[in-house]
Amino acid sequence: MSDASLTPRRIPDRLHSPAARLLGSWELLLLVVAVAIFIANSLASPYFLNAWNLSDATFNFTEKAMIAFAMALLIIAGEIDLSVASIIALASTAMGAAASVGVGTPGLIVVGLATGLACGAFNGALVTRLGLPSIVVTIGTMSLFRGISFIVLGDGAYRDYPSDFAYFGQGYVFWVISFEFVLFAVLAVIYYVLLHRTNFGRTVYAIGNNATAAQFSGIRVARVKFILFLLTGLMSGVAAICLTSRLGSTRPSIGMGWELEVVTMVVLGGVSILGGAGSIPGVVIAAFVMGLVTFGLGLLNVPGIVMSIFIGLMLIGVIALPRLWKMWRK
Amino acid sequence: MSLFKSREALLAGAILVLLALIASRFPAFIAPDNLARVFTDTSPLLILALGQTVVILTRCIDLSVAANLALTGMVCAMLNAAMPGVPVVVILLIAVTLGAVMGMVNGLLVWKLAIPSIVVTLGTMTIYRGTIFLISDGAWVNAHEMSAAFTGFPRATVLGLPMLAWFGILAAVVMIVMIRSTPLGRAFYAVGGNPHAAVYTGISVGRTQFWAFTLSGALAGLCGYLWVARYAVAYVDIAGGFELEVVAACVIGGISIAGGAGTILGTILGALFLGIVKNALPVVDISPFWQMAISGTAIIVAVTLNTRNTKRKGRIILRRAQEQTEGATA
Amino acid sequence: MQLSVESRQFDSPRSDISDTPVLALRDITKTFPGVKALDGVSLELFPGQVTALIGENGAGKSTLVKTLTGIYQPDSGTIHVAGAPVTFATAQDASVAGITAIHQETVLFDELTVAENIFIGHAPRGRFGLIDWKAMRSRAAYILARIDADLDPDTPLRDLGIASKHLVAIARALSVDARVVVMDEPTAALSHKEIEELYDLVDRLKAEGRAILFISHKFDEVFRIADRYTVFRDGTHVGAGLMADVTEGDLVRLMVGRDVNQIFPERRKAPGDDVLKVVGYAHPTEFENINFTLRRGEILGFYGLVGAGRSEVMQALFGITKPSKGVTQIDGQIKVIRSPAEAVEAGIVYVPEDRGKQGAVIGLPIFQNVTLPSLTQTSRSGFLRLSEEFALAREYTERLDLRAAALDQDVGNLSGGNQQKVVIAKWLATKPRVIILDEPTKGIDIGSKAAVHAFMAELAAQGLSVIMVSSEIPEVLGMSDRVIVMREGLIAAELEGDDLTPETLVRFAAGIGESA
Repeated sequence: MSDASLTPRRIPDRLHSPAARLLGSWELLLLVVAVAIFIANSLASPYFLNAWNLSDATFNFTEKAMIAFAMALLIIAGEIDLSVASIIALASTAMGAAASVGVGTPGLIVVGLATGLACGAFNGALVTRLGLPSIVVTIGTMSLFRGISFIVLGDGAYRDYPSDFAYFGQGYVFWVISFEFVLFAVLAVIYYVLLHRTNFGRTVYAIGNNATAAQFSGIRVARVKFILFLLTGLMSGVAAICLTSRLGSTRPSIGMGWELEVVTMVVLGGVSILGGAGSIPGVVIAAFVMGLVTFGLGLLNVPGIVMSIFIGLMLIGVIALPRLWKMWRK
Repeated sequence: MSLFKSREALLAGAILVLLALIASRFPAFIAPDNLARVFTDTSPLLILALGQTVVILTRCIDLSVAANLALTGMVCAMLNAAMPGVPVVVILLIAVTLGAVMGMVNGLLVWKLAIPSIVVTLGTMTIYRGTIFLISDGAWVNAHEMSAAFTGFPRATVLGLPMLAWFGILAAVVMIVMIRSTPLGRAFYAVGGNPHAAVYTGISVGRTQFWAFTLSGALAGLCGYLWVARYAVAYVDIAGGFELEVVAACVIGGISIAGGAGTILGTILGALFLGIVKNALPVVDISPFWQMAISGTAIIVAVTLNTRNTKRKGRIILRRAQEQTEGATA
Repeated sequence: MQLSVESRQFDSPRSDISDTPVLALRDITKTFPGVKALDGVSLELFPGQVTALIGENGAGKSTLVKTLTGIYQPDSGTIHVAGAPVTFATAQDASVAGITAIHQETVLFDELTVAENIFIGHAPRGRFGLIDWKAMRSRAAYILARIDADLDPDTPLRDLGIASKHLVAIARALSVDARVVVMDEPTAALSHKEIEELYDLVDRLKAEGRAILFISHKFDEVFRIADRYTVFRDGTHVGAGLMADVTEGDLVRLMVGRDVNQIFPERRKAPGDDVLKVVGYAHPTEFENINFTLRRGEILGFYGLVGAGRSEVMQALFGITKPSKGVTQIDGQIKVIRSPAEAVEAGIVYVPEDRGKQGAVIGLPIFQNVTLPSLTQTSRSGFLRLSEEFALAREYTERLDLRAAALDQDVGNLSGGNQQKVVIAKWLATKPRVIILDEPTKGIDIGSKAAVHAFMAELAAQGLSVIMVSSEIPEVLGMSDRVIVMREGLIAAELEGDDLTPETLVRFAAGIGESA
């Protein structure tokens, strides 16, 4: 063979240096947007550059972002969980019920996390065992989980939480640094390592790009997906603890509509809704962008519903503009 | 054919059993005038579900229908408040047109920019909803600001049924004919069933999806006027979260989220099922708070049953197996 | 090249052959990212004649068919129908111009009925422009009767078997009044009897004055029905002329570009002990009574027609599908394999036929594709070690002489042959006992093909046991120590030594000489 007689060619590891790849990345673009919003906000309102105000602003996104990290992995793997906000409601209701019979704070944490895990396991089993499409399954469990909260609470509410339970949503670790923000930062690091630095993370990408080929490569696709549903349920449980603690009460409508905000955050962060691509830094920056927009417009007395227009426009715009640009250049 | 029919037959059977159960304790529920009332009450859900059906048939999803409905409703209400003299027919035309235009926006983004429909309609959902606030300044349009003709139209009875119900029937009939006997109707199935093959038959996948969104939008617009006129009030949050109930009706009706499979009859039955449950709960003295959990369970049960039916059995290669299948169809 | 007869240069020896082409393509070029699929090719089709388009996999035949039927638009070149230049923006345009095709892929719709599948896109219309179902049914029944297909127009397509679906595809092609009928490997999925019926149909279409483009790489078939030939190699036009003027050997040389027997590497045949033993494999619909052994250092060929159940057996062996019965033994020990992960642990790996869907994870870089099943080797307690990944990937891709710009390049940007090398490298990195290659050289260029063959021989020489599923007779004969022929889900024969000839392979694969 003429090919074989040649000395093997040495193939370089990388085509572009890491710096060059960073320069063309979605994350950098998003970071520029975030900085621009930050500067615009500082100029627009004198109240913006205030440590306590900024600290308050983080509550706009920390709980949603916690779920968004796990959701990012799930969406990268090609699935979705629309029931996350309903898991919050169910976990919060379970904690409320436990608190009303005198369970203490450590017990409430266990109840909240266990409820989240159980809901995640239920979604995961339906998707991976029965092979059902996750979007339909989780639209169903979205009604089911919150429906159970409604059955339990009706138009009532749980309010009798122990006083030390308030720390998770209202406590500060140091000066203006809230417990929630610290938890958000720690989780961001954990999910960064999990997705970008472990074998597990690699299999998530492989599954999202081509689940069949991944399975044909010996990856246990169903098991990985099940774990991802568990993680998403667990993070919804964590978010439920923080939110319940912050509000100090549970109503069945708690966190209503958050699933779409979480998905928006993930997609805005550059995660492909079709799976296979995305990063945790992107989601982190997207969380800040959404938080800053909400907070900044809030300072200017723009109502929340109008801010949602910006979020909606951004969601479509960030995907549409590069494609329009490409079409226009042709 | 038998398998295909059985899906609808199963659901029709479930509805009859449900009615029989209710009737065994509350015979008044199945009195003709009460059933007519239930049907009228279900009509908006039915009309929206018909539009959603064609969208799902083409492998897309339209999460913006409820926001479209609310925005169109607000525009109609404000128009009526400002110019009470505009006849209802004109308002109906405006509603359908406005709704169709909003559907076209979704369709164009899906068609021309190839953005996944879930992202597009997630975005336009918040944009349309936010726009209501922008045009209304968050104010309500109340009954006393609307003309009698405007609010009276959906309730006006013709041949014993209110106009609202007639619109439901009309939409169902038109959609059945459209799906069954127009090239576009068949293209919905072709595009969803095998988009790759659709290209070979000269059917444009994107254009077909565009028309599906346009139809869905037009029907949402129609419902916008009917809804606002029937309840005689328009505000930002009307029909909030209704999009998921609409998807639920389709899923229960056997429309496959994977596209290309399902019938209009199925959707009609799915919407009726949810409508009957909703209307029966107060009658049988179950708290209406149960409704959400029941519809969630119904979605999960329906999708489980439908997926079981269509599970792939592998290729048929053995002569013995081939003879069996050919024999079964003969 | 001794056979570069251009179709316009010869004098027609037969009086019934028309000299005016009904369809003419000139200088058609079509490029895809990384591949020039068609490079200035020309083709002419004449009324009442069958033109065979011959070429290896990857020669550009299917691309040409798609260009001809409006699925692809050429980058340059012209298409003339009856002398007038045309452009086809969609499949609809080509259909209106009287060009119809039976495509290789199933381009049918499971949820629609037989009648609709035949008429979708051009259904008869009645009042208000609505589809006239009654007319559609009766016209469908008429066309089905014409091709002797005993099918009810109202049957949903999903209730039909593969052969029946193929008849529907043929009926669809005949539902328009076509001047040109393109048949892209129409006999691939058909039984012997059905193939004869198809030949009759081709003869009738010829008699009606239609031009037929018949794509095939079965030479017996081409000589049976074609009047003219055109040969493509690697996206270029290498010859055309009358069938009467050529022999099979001429066509093979044109198609391959060199003598066939030079392609395959020399092999020393000294297989060792039994490594893999399959006993009594069965599946409800796909295969049954499958028994064979595989020895150390052996290449075992699996031959059969497309759809004979070979891939299905291999996928069961690899844990993708569950056989209803049967046992797998490796080195005499029974292994339960319920998933690919367990197969890899047991030392069995599988290079699938469908490279894009099942082989390479397109979207991931080359090195990540290679290390995907070996991550435990290149990581420390679950954490990735990029340097070790690159090292492992480099070791195996360079052994296979991969041509790539960098190891972090998306595997989707590689040519088919290089993608195949990545898939093979992925498996070799797991140090398997048995490697199953399913159509390993399908659709890859000749250079890569030779490299894959040489490498297979080298692997076997190093003591790896190889199962090669292939539909290409030269490849099966050139590479295998032993061949198992499958037909309709059963093992039809196990051939070795002097029994291993093209004739025996074809005879057992097609079931000729047995009662049907």
